[in-house]
Amino acid sequence: MSLNRRVFLGTTAAASAAMAAPMVMADGHGKPRVVVIGGGAGGATAARYIAKDSKGEIDVTLIEPTRTYYTCFFSNLYLGGFKDMNDLGHSYGGLAASGVNVVHDWAVGVDRDAKTVSLAGGGSLGYDKLILSPGIDFVDGSVAGWDITSQNAMPHAYKAGSQTELLKAQLKAMPEGGTFAMVAPPNPYRCPPGPYERVSMVAHYLKNNNPTAKIIVADPKPKFSKMALFQEGWGDHYDGMIDWIGEEFGGGSVSVDPGAMTLTIDGEETAVDVCNVIPAMKAGHIAEIAGVTDGNWAPVNAVDMSSKADADIYVLGDASQQGDMPKSGFSANSQAKVCANAVRGALTGSKVFPAKFSNTCWSLIDTNDGVKVGATYEATDEKIAKVDGFISQTGETAEVRKATYEESEGWYAGITSDMFGAKT
Amino acid sequence: MRALRFSLSLILAALATATFGQVTGDPEHGQQVWKKCAICHMMGPDARHRVGPVLNNIMSARAGGKTDYRYSKAMTAAGQDGLHWTEDTLDGFLQAPKSMVPRTKMSFRGLKSAGDRADVIAYIGLFSGGAMAAQIDDGFAVSADILAIEGDLEYGEYLSSECTTCHQADGNDDGIPAIVGWETEDFVTAMHAYKEKHRDHPVMQMITGRLANDEIAALAAYFKGLGD
Repeated sequence: MSLNRRVFLGTTAAASAAMAAPMVMADGHGKPRVVVIGGGAGGATAARYIAKDSKGEIDVTLIEPTRTYYTCFFSNLYLGGFKDMNDLGHSYGGLAASGVNVVHDWAVGVDRDAKTVSLAGGGSLGYDKLILSPGIDFVDGSVAGWDITSQNAMPHAYKAGSQTELLKAQLKAMPEGGTFAMVAPPNPYRCPPGPYERVSMVAHYLKNNNPTAKIIVADPKPKFSKMALFQEGWGDHYDGMIDWIGEEFGGGSVSVDPGAMTLTIDGEETAVDVCNVIPAMKAGHIAEIAGVTDGNWAPVNAVDMSSKADADIYVLGDASQQGDMPKSGFSANSQAKVCANAVRGALTGSKVFPAKFSNTCWSLIDTNDGVKVGATYEATDEKIAKVDGFISQTGETAEVRKATYEESEGWYAGITSDMFGAKT
Repeated sequence: MRALRFSLSLILAALATATFGQVTGDPEHGQQVWKKCAICHMMGPDARHRVGPVLNNIMSARAGGKTDYRYSKAMTAAGQDGLHWTEDTLDGFLQAPKSMVPRTKMSFRGLKSAGDRADVIAYIGLFSGGAMAAQIDDGFAVSADILAIEGDLEYGEYLSSECTTCHQADGNDDGIPAIVGWETEDFVTAMHAYKEKHRDHPVMQMITGRLANDEIAALAAYFKGLGD
């Protein structure tokens, strides 16, 4: 019975594709070409799904400068000592094996008329569809006294890798009873619970290694993601260690001096030992170069993640301005699958199914104390709109929190194999 | 956690839908053999790690894959090298654990009888994948009409991409259950159990909450095929 069904589906698909000729919508150069810029949760997923599902009908090239991708998600757990840096690193070998042409270079230009992408290494790649998934860059001047040349003295550690290792080294080198400061970012930014999970992980490290140390958080926002859960957890696990200074207490009026290692909040200067500055964010620079941004982000159509500025360009993940979804790896991965389905449909006539999006963000507060928030989304004419959601409750049992943490580990293994192909 | 009743009769009832691969052994006799394993291992909804890890959902899973159990380095390494538990690999392991995974913590001489091994593997299989689900969903039923819906594989493949952010397409379980290769009825029943909030999990309740009956059927058909 299922065999009959399979055969039936196969023939109808072939027949309808034949009727919807031309089957290959490439402009006189053989196979249609997709170029993906950025090999993170959005780009790697999109490249893998288009290559996998088109079964060789589409040439897929992924441009990503780094040879090992360190996930930003779970990098706080490295700061807390729950993960090694190696646990966060992933190679692109699995993508290459699944048929993606992986180019380790920087994309430095996009010519939308000629439909080409130029590379720092000198070459240029033609495309029929271009997918931008460049993640975030920082807004110049958003934290007075800080710019990218200060990132060694005051790391952002908001692109995982050497910055994360640097912040961990500084945390370890803190004097006894020293002060760890964080300047939290304004909305919207990558990973809404991220700064607060980081505070929790830093507190976990300090509680075990430097228990008289203090943590100051200067925050331009009046409230933040999972606030009740984090504040409950900070009280339970790290009582008195964390001083969160929100908008109403001047947390948004901040300057830093990376040379003197001081942080000034609402006119009051404090000497700090470590200062984690997470500036305001914008779409990765290549989106700006491509001319698809409006303000800090790249507006997209919810139905397929296509840019509102160019129907042959798609923008995924953190860089996109899509509506209600948080900027997270899970969101980018979810958006990539909708986009891959649409791109494949446009280039080969394969069936395009309705967009469905979802997201869940897990955060770790202390050992075996995991919490999560999630939602489902749909495409409307205006935006990606939230349908339904849930959040962990305060006062949950230790058993529930432990199960939530274990689930997050399962999710990490799941999403990374969904992005990069199964581990062999 | 909702209290779950667990009894031999339930397990035997589940035999009708024992779903992991080709069950060649006799799980009823396997339950007798299991007594040797039960000195160190638990299975079932209330199982905890003891001397040995919980053995729920180990079929198809990577060796050394339960994230909160402290395995020997040898077992962790074997899993990292690609060892997955199947009827064949479990048969080899149970015959002589320390031959297959030298320096495993499991101090058990092994089961000499091939029949005993097949039987206990069949019994362990009842606590994996769809067979385990069938036991959890005992007392919850979906209508024959819903079960009769034939799933559209192409649609199922597209919809499955929402699942594979967490559930691995190759059946690995690193803390989130494997969902490939289940019998259609078990899969559909489990999904409707979440949708109607008979099962507890908030993520799954949310995801299934907006899946229509034909979409659940499509997913069941697609994931069943992935297990082949």
